[in-house]
Amino acid sequence: MTSKLMKGLVYASAAFTFGMLGYLVIYILINGVRFLTPSLFSWQYSTSNVSMMPALMTTLMVVAGTLLIATPIGVFTGFYLVDYADRKNPVVRAIGMATDTLAGIPSIIYGLFGMLFFVIFLEFQFSLIAGILTVTIMSLPVIIRATEEALIATGMPIRQASYALGAGKLRTLFKVVLPVAMPGILSGVILATGRIVGETAALMFTLGTATNLPGSLFASGRTLSLHMYILSQEGRHVNEAYATAVVLLIFVLVINALSTLVSKRLAGGGK
Amino acid sequence: MEHINEGAAGKTKRRPPVRKTAKTDWKEKIMHGVFFMAAFTSILSLVLIVIFIFTNGLPMMFEYGLTDFIFGTTWNRTTFGLLPMITGSILVTLGAVGLGVPIGVMTAVFMAEFCPKRLYAFLKPAVNLMAGIPSIVYGFFALRIIVPQIRGIFGGPGNSMLAAILLLAIMILPTVISLSEAAIRSVPRSYFSGSMALGASHERSIFSVVVPAAKSGIFSSIVLGVGRAIGETMAVVMVAGNQPLMPRGLTEGVRTLTTNIVMEMAYASGQHRDALVATGVVLFVFIMIINTTFLIMKTKEAK
Repeated sequence: MTSKLMKGLVYASAAFTFGMLGYLVIYILINGVRFLTPSLFSWQYSTSNVSMMPALMTTLMVVAGTLLIATPIGVFTGFYLVDYADRKNPVVRAIGMATDTLAGIPSIIYGLFGMLFFVIFLEFQFSLIAGILTVTIMSLPVIIRATEEALIATGMPIRQASYALGAGKLRTLFKVVLPVAMPGILSGVILATGRIVGETAALMFTLGTATNLPGSLFASGRTLSLHMYILSQEGRHVNEAYATAVVLLIFVLVINALSTLVSKRLAGGGK
Repeated sequence: MEHINEGAAGKTKRRPPVRKTAKTDWKEKIMHGVFFMAAFTSILSLVLIVIFIFTNGLPMMFEYGLTDFIFGTTWNRTTFGLLPMITGSILVTLGAVGLGVPIGVMTAVFMAEFCPKRLYAFLKPAVNLMAGIPSIVYGFFALRIIVPQIRGIFGGPGNSMLAAILLLAIMILPTVISLSEAAIRSVPRSYFSGSMALGASHERSIFSVVVPAAKSGIFSSIVLGVGRAIGETMAVVMVAGNQPLMPRGLTEGVRTLTTNIVMEMAYASGQHRDALVATGVVLFVFIMIINTTFLIMKTKEAK
């Protein structure tokens, strides 16, 4: 009897979860798609067209800039932790713990830190560079963990085979292990991209909220998520906020499709 | 995890590659250094974060009086009593977890045990999609759907603690679902077969044997959900009402630690700004407690 009830609750919960998700997606699409007008994509922002084009471009700039810095650092950290470090070394354990801790810090704390350190202490002002550096620290743990997992999954035999053929450690890592681990690393980078696109709290007080395209690394801008937040807070451009939500949803869908594609390749033997 | 490190670090050090020239040796040495520097970035970042948040927040807390700051109930531009926001954060998080965790865990049970394979092929990406939707979109959705509903049913402004709880309950679902599902799936299948062989029904085997066996994993999913809920900012600020007053009821407005920072940082200066950073210090301490709990659980689970 109780199991029957539990089973009912399980089905109801699943129905609620996926029903809610479906409702959210459909609701945003229905209310947003019709406001995706050409003027929303004009290059120049004005208070009458509230164009999202500068925000869209700024988002891409922030994503590109962040990945450019965070990917090598994150992947190299993974290399170090898996293939070079001696696990008993206290410094190495501290690195692992620091990564875990960074992963759990909420974005508003990153925002506060970015403001205190990059914007005020280093005098970057509200700028692209301050935003990028803040979000870089945020996405590091995601990339590090994905790299670690991917490298560990490649296993020891492939390395030993390479050493046996006379390849050095570095060469083994780059020519033999890395290609096999690539899909796993890539899915981490894609996950990080999703985080960056959706980020608001960490960017508000670092990147700032300027409406136009930042002309240099030291100019302020706003990403799509920030743009949408400001539109919905002002309350006068609700339709445009819906339209921005549609674009954000499309971003998320594309990113998820990419990561599914990559992980399918991963499951398919990691070729 | 261990065997690669042991093997790579231990054995190869003792047995260098056959073709050993001075040139490759240098390259190896330099890259070893580069990799270490990269790895050190994490520690450096964390140390910088702690230093900058604490040196900006702590002096204000002591100048103002630690007890006055933590237990004061009035917050305005000159008086900084944080208790309303601390209480707000705790209540909203408890509400969201109390509502979201049962739904999330049961959805995870569905995904792992009841879901037909063909449906699963759709639902798994759906959970990933849920995890990927920006918090701002959730907040906006709640602002347009949940808030008017609450206004309609209970009267009042609609922007309320209840709205924040419902919103966060939905937002923690993907975290709870994926971790709980992984925990349930990692229970050895023999538990289930054994229970079935003893004559228990399919449902009973799942609810009385498999799910209890996964409880440590499910608990860590809850802890992570708590972390998500207490740290969420932008979605909450859109629906919570944000009055800096002690929580007065489910349908009244509430302000949390995170939203306190976002609401006032734009125009704050001097001691006011330091008080907001100090709010960050308190939030940071909360998060550290939650994270440590999570890490301890994870290590226990691994053993």
